[in-house]
Amino acid sequence: MLNIGPYSFSSRLLLGTGKYPDFETQKKAVDASGSEILTFAVRRMNIFEASQPNFLEMLDLKKYTLLPNTAGAKTAEEAVRIAKLAKASGLCDMVKVEVIGCDKTLLPDPVETLKATEELLKEGFIVLPYTSDDVVLARRLEELGAHAIMPAASPIGSGQGIINPLYLKFIIEQTIVPVIVDAGIGSPSDAIEAMELGADGVLLNTAVAGAKDPVKMALAMKMAVEAGQLGFEAGRIPRKETATASSPLEGLSVK
Amino acid sequence: MKLMINGEEVQVPDSLRSITELLEHLKLDDQIVIAEVNQDIISNEKQSVTQIKENDRIELVRFVGGG
Repeated sequence: MLNIGPYSFSSRLLLGTGKYPDFETQKKAVDASGSEILTFAVRRMNIFEASQPNFLEMLDLKKYTLLPNTAGAKTAEEAVRIAKLAKASGLCDMVKVEVIGCDKTLLPDPVETLKATEELLKEGFIVLPYTSDDVVLARRLEELGAHAIMPAASPIGSGQGIINPLYLKFIIEQTIVPVIVDAGIGSPSDAIEAMELGADGVLLNTAVAGAKDPVKMALAMKMAVEAGQLGFEAGRIPRKETATASSPLEGLSVK
Repeated sequence: MKLMINGEEVQVPDSLRSITELLEHLKLDDQIVIAEVNQDIISNEKQSVTQIKENDRIELVRFVGGG
């Protein structure tokens, strides 16, 4: 089980809801992924357009826990406001703190992320900050009381996979709260790698939404996260430089 | 009555008294809409008792797809 604050989830795959080709494909992908936590962004309505089909209204909200993000925020103050707006819906009390500090790389601003996390914890939110792969920052966030740490595997939407598995492992080893690898996952093998490193979960969006077949990729990601988790629990064999025969050397039948 | 909604000046009937009535007027009442009035965030169960008046600055937001 993935335990975040007061919540428990059987799925360790968290799915983003942006950039799908259409709502029907998205709904099927969400179903195939087995995800129980879905991320959303908060944006202004177009008040002059009464009919604005929205994915949220297609979902059975009893089946999912919503994880709104604070994307678009560049300061802690903006992030806190977006989080409070999301919570005012009455639909959620978890938030993914996302304060971008660099438009080119979309890497998070560590100082503002820390400030926003502190403020939102005081306000009673379940806080999951999106961070870089900095172990010291992860520990500082945990000390504040963050309910999970969400380090980036690589830049958002880049699909580059885990570019620094060593730093990710430092975070996994040195924090107690769940570590959910967020951003940069490109393929099922990346998700497996994250789980085999000991991550507690994986959050991805573009890897599914942008795949040639998003529904099939959602299922592949579900299976990858499960396989990686099982592999981690089972414990892999040590790497050796030399070969060791799998078949017995004795009793060979020869002419 | 003149309101500033999402940064735009909008004329609405003077008869509208609450956020709920405003959303009905805008035909947005079948959706999950979150409101902020003059920088006060209004929890959704309070939309019907939150009054609106001339020159109020109102933000109407919703959940959209995101990662």
